[in-house]
Amino acid sequence: MDQSEQDAVTTRLPRPEPLAKQAAEPAGTGNVIFDVRDVSIWYGGFKAVTDVSMPVYENEILAFIGSSGSGKSTVLRAFNRMNDLVPGARMEGELSYRGVSLYGKDVSPITVRRRIGMVFQKPNPFPKSIYDNVAYGPRINGERNKGKLDEIVERSLRGAALWDEVKNRLKTSGLSLSGGQAQRLCIARTIAVEPDVVLMDEPASALDPIATGAIEDLMRELKSKYTIIIVTHNMQQATRVSDRTAFFYVLTDTKSDTRTGVLVEYGTTKQIFEDPQDSRTQAYVTGRMG
Amino acid sequence: MAVSADPQKVDLREPPSWRRTKNRIMTWLMVLAFVLVIIPLGLVIVTVVAKGASIISWQFLTSDIPVNIAPPGVGGMGPAIVGTIQITALATVMAVPLGVLGAIYINEYGGKGLLAQVVRFMADVMTGVPSIVMGLFIFSIYTLHFGFSGFGGALALGCLMLPVVIRSTEEMLKLVPDSLRQGSYALGATKARVTMTVVLPAAIGGIVSGALLAVARAAGETAPLLFTILTVTSVNKNPFSGPNTSLPSQIFSNASSSFVGAQARGWGAALTLIVIAFVLMVVARLVTARFARYSS
Amino acid sequence: MSTVVQADPATPAGSAHPLAHRRPLGDRGFAILALGSGLLVLVILVLIAVSTSQQASSWFTTEGLSGVFSTTWQPPDKLGALSFIYGTAVTSVIALVIAVPISLGMALLLTEVVPRRWGRPIVYVIDLLAVVPSVVWGLWGILVLAPWLQHIYSSIASGVNGIPVLGFFFGGENVSGASFFTAGIILAIMITPIVTSLSREVIATTPTIDKQGAYALGSTRWEMITGVVLPHSQGGLVGSVLLGLGRAMGETIAVALVIGSSPEITSHLFSPGYSLPSVIANEFGEASGVFRAALMGMGVLLFIFTIIINVIARGVVERSARRSRGA
Repeated sequence: MDQSEQDAVTTRLPRPEPLAKQAAEPAGTGNVIFDVRDVSIWYGGFKAVTDVSMPVYENEILAFIGSSGSGKSTVLRAFNRMNDLVPGARMEGELSYRGVSLYGKDVSPITVRRRIGMVFQKPNPFPKSIYDNVAYGPRINGERNKGKLDEIVERSLRGAALWDEVKNRLKTSGLSLSGGQAQRLCIARTIAVEPDVVLMDEPASALDPIATGAIEDLMRELKSKYTIIIVTHNMQQATRVSDRTAFFYVLTDTKSDTRTGVLVEYGTTKQIFEDPQDSRTQAYVTGRMG
Repeated sequence: MAVSADPQKVDLREPPSWRRTKNRIMTWLMVLAFVLVIIPLGLVIVTVVAKGASIISWQFLTSDIPVNIAPPGVGGMGPAIVGTIQITALATVMAVPLGVLGAIYINEYGGKGLLAQVVRFMADVMTGVPSIVMGLFIFSIYTLHFGFSGFGGALALGCLMLPVVIRSTEEMLKLVPDSLRQGSYALGATKARVTMTVVLPAAIGGIVSGALLAVARAAGETAPLLFTILTVTSVNKNPFSGPNTSLPSQIFSNASSSFVGAQARGWGAALTLIVIAFVLMVVARLVTARFARYSS
Repeated sequence: MSTVVQADPATPAGSAHPLAHRRPLGDRGFAILALGSGLLVLVILVLIAVSTSQQASSWFTTEGLSGVFSTTWQPPDKLGALSFIYGTAVTSVIALVIAVPISLGMALLLTEVVPRRWGRPIVYVIDLLAVVPSVVWGLWGILVLAPWLQHIYSSIASGVNGIPVLGFFFGGENVSGASFFTAGIILAIMITPIVTSLSREVIATTPTIDKQGAYALGSTRWEMITGVVLPHSQGGLVGSVLLGLGRAMGETIAVALVIGSSPEITSHLFSPGYSLPSVIANEFGEASGVFRAALMGMGVLLFIFTIIINVIARGVVERSARRSRGA
């Protein structure tokens, strides 16, 4: 992509980007990884999202944008069954991964989460050494061989663009890293188990602009091996990194005084930002709405 | 998981069995821990109720304590009950106000100062002082000079209760929101008035509940009374002079006896004591629930 | 916490007069009263140390350091306390070995496994366990548990006599229901509530986001516990174990009834023994002179041991709480 070539040349200072300087066609394989059909999610009695349907394509970055409470994180967490951890959470509809239903009867959430990883908004390195942080995933999957673990740790840290900075202090605590480094450690930890998909819930919102730039560069590199879905509040970020964008919106029903999140528009990032079809989308991306 | 052009058939079923099994085993072990705890609790309660209920009667609760050799059914634990009530009441009257005041010092006056920190730390440490050491302490400074009396026992029990009341009251006071205090200050009240008229009433539920639990614990203590009241078998109307007795003291001396009668009376006393402690605990619960404005 | 920010809000309105520094008399009196009550704690602790040591002094002077820690106990002539220290240590260790896994298991059960609603009955059970008085445990222990255990002990002992490690601990001729091991069991029951509730408090401070991170990597619940919860809580857990130890060491009445009242130092856990608080409880009544001083002195030893353990425990808990808040 021309975007990343430009970035490689310049230093990592944040630049104001013109909207949607993207290739017209997405660069992934074109296969559908996730097929979401009419998914609605409840937390107890509260219907957080209603009737979301969309495809997710392999080796692309898909961005979820929209204002607070529109259900972006809720839908994101449905992809790796993290909503299961919330008591009272319930889902209706179909969410299939490579043709298999994620919520089928025999499906183990643990296996799902190994294939579909997640990076959180606030970096959450474990209170262990950097090495043990990255090795945690492979270890619980049974890898005991020290040599193999060393190799996995190095590969993952390189993949997260953190290796050079920490290779001499792998035994120091993961908590001693700066925000941006800690987040890259979390990414390294996630890719250490060789997932298929990486979900990111506002991965850079707790970071300073320089660290954010590093994360965004990393995302573009990771795209070639993984499929990435990111939730972001930062529209410029969406235009910088994503191939496609899904815009979520809070639908309020004044009669019954209820709110729920809905998917209003979905398309290539270029189209969403340059030529939005729905008026609400247009209001959001031009900054008229929150 | 690898990137490939053709979509593979994905297997999302269970992870390798040993991981799942290990998780299952550990969960069941945790449940087993709970079961292992219920067993002795259940056994003790069942035994005490079974053996004690047969001997308890109004007569039992009011009669004098006979000699150990007397058969079951003769006599009762009257003096012991009177003693327990006397001594525990005295201890409560001394320990609770002082404890509440101490907590008020730590929370309202001391603030972040070093002295308040030290006092709080020492109160914590004091809760760990063995009850028998308290008994020896009061023996040294009181009983040796003034002889055995219910009051000595009350002093010892009071020393046990004091740090407990301080800490539980302090926790309650911490929960009272500052806005209440500010509102009262803004009306021109002095600190003492703020504390007495606004803070204490707001926390009173939790304070009373904590105090009740301290009383329940004190009522069941034996060791501090051993050398301070000198277990006797008659009622002593005057708790300030002369030896006294209490339920736990009687249970202790009856437990070491080989006479069936004494043992039976011991069970009766044990049942009485458990009921008292249990009632206090339930009342404490109710008070907390009723007045739980600021506790979580 | 104190609300004094800038001006002392205790100055009543209208008295912000340059001459009116002093708070009204009642207010000052109250403050002094509160301060006095707080200081009372320190005063009592110091008095305990001073008065009991003073009473015990004749023991130290008569026996000397070697006598105090000797194993010979033949009152009123020979007053060595080692067998009691041994008994206290052994019963406490047994209690910890039994109680810590159980308490930890229950704490984890309550925080990680059981949904909120069902946690309440479990907490009630723990509270019930805590409210049973020590003397009732002792009564039940000596009249019900000990006779029943006697049979079990005898069978085990005859079975393992001769086997290297097992025989060392569980063999022996002098097997009795009232023994180190029974005392250890009763102690374990009695310290479980406090170790459980303290452990629970510590474990509950594990940040949810760390737990989610572990789950997101595909951990089972147990893997999450060992990978995130336990490493996070280890400091606080050590503290709660130490507090349980302190409690076990000081427990008097229940142990006095079931330990067997025999000042022997033996590795056979099914034999009767004695402990510091138990001997004080049983013998103090009739003791006098140096004998009584010796018992008082053992109280001093007990006081010192438990204070040290409590201070260390509270220190450890404080430090780990501070670290988890900061990290």
